[in-house]
Amino acid sequence: MSRRLLFLLPLATLLTMAGFFAWSMVSGRDPASIGSVMVNRPAPPLADVTLGPSGLGGGKPVLVNFFASWCAPCLAEHPLISRLAEREGATVIGVAWKNKPDEARAWLARLGNPYRQLLFDQDGKLALDWGLSGVPETYLVDARGIVRLHYRRAINEHDLKDTILPLLRAGQ
Amino acid sequence: MRRLALLVLALSALALAPSAQAVEPDEMLADPALEARARAISRELRCVVCQNQSIDDSQAEVAHDMRRAVRERLEAGDSDAQVRNYMVARYGDFALLDPPFKPGTLVLWLGAPALLVLAGTGLLIVGRRRRTVPAPAPLSDAERRRVEDLLGR
Repeated sequence: MSRRLLFLLPLATLLTMAGFFAWSMVSGRDPASIGSVMVNRPAPPLADVTLGPSGLGGGKPVLVNFFASWCAPCLAEHPLISRLAEREGATVIGVAWKNKPDEARAWLARLGNPYRQLLFDQDGKLALDWGLSGVPETYLVDARGIVRLHYRRAINEHDLKDTILPLLRAGQ
Repeated sequence: MRRLALLVLALSALALAPSAQAVEPDEMLADPALEARARAISRELRCVVCQNQSIDDSQAEVAHDMRRAVRERLEAGDSDAQVRNYMVARYGDFALLDPPFKPGTLVLWLGAPALLVLAGTGLLIVGRRRRTVPAPAPLSDAERRRVEDLLGR
């Protein structure tokens, strides 16, 4: 009797593995994701820009968007960043990462500049304090100056509708 | 003969060529002791965009920035642990190639040994049970007759 159950062990192992793989596929688990330790912590220093209650957002959340003119996904998310700034009234700070200021400015002149303030981080020192791994990455800093979101990729329509806008509206 | 000489020459040129290295000369610190510490720490820190490469090995832009930060921290007088914590504060435990032992990583550290102990115990129990199976009772007279019948003797 117990011996017969033992024969089911390989099958049980197989089922466990299959279950794990199925869950990985369905839940959208990304093993390459390195996560972020910035979320729920006070925003790191951002050059001479002040965030938080008496900062640039004026008591509203602020988006910090790292981009570069040489970065294709940044080009792809540019319309969404513009929409946030122009139609949704969000305060967006742009940080040109590893980008010559001239090239970043020319890129924004061509596509439109959605940024309330534009910073340049050509040597990547500012980015290191923000735990940046590349561009584009976007942070949402709430009215109290706490980082609430950190996207390590281009934002998309779903992020905008389901996550960013509700947080922006709640913070108003 | 000349061919052989050429071959030897070509091979030795290959052997003498400097190996590809991520750390550029202009990144290095003037103080060799500090530079050695920087190299040792860099080998333990993971490049955040290449998954399985240390920042000492990686040519990635971010790895370059992290190497520079390591050297800046060391020059500012940080201990090795402080430099590691500096990176963990920005990139989390992911930045360490050697994951720390803590509640969140218990399965990682103890999972395989636990499985080994479990399997070993199982084998031991099965082995012992097999040894203690009693020898079968000898055939009765009726059984013996039946066997002989079946065998057609």
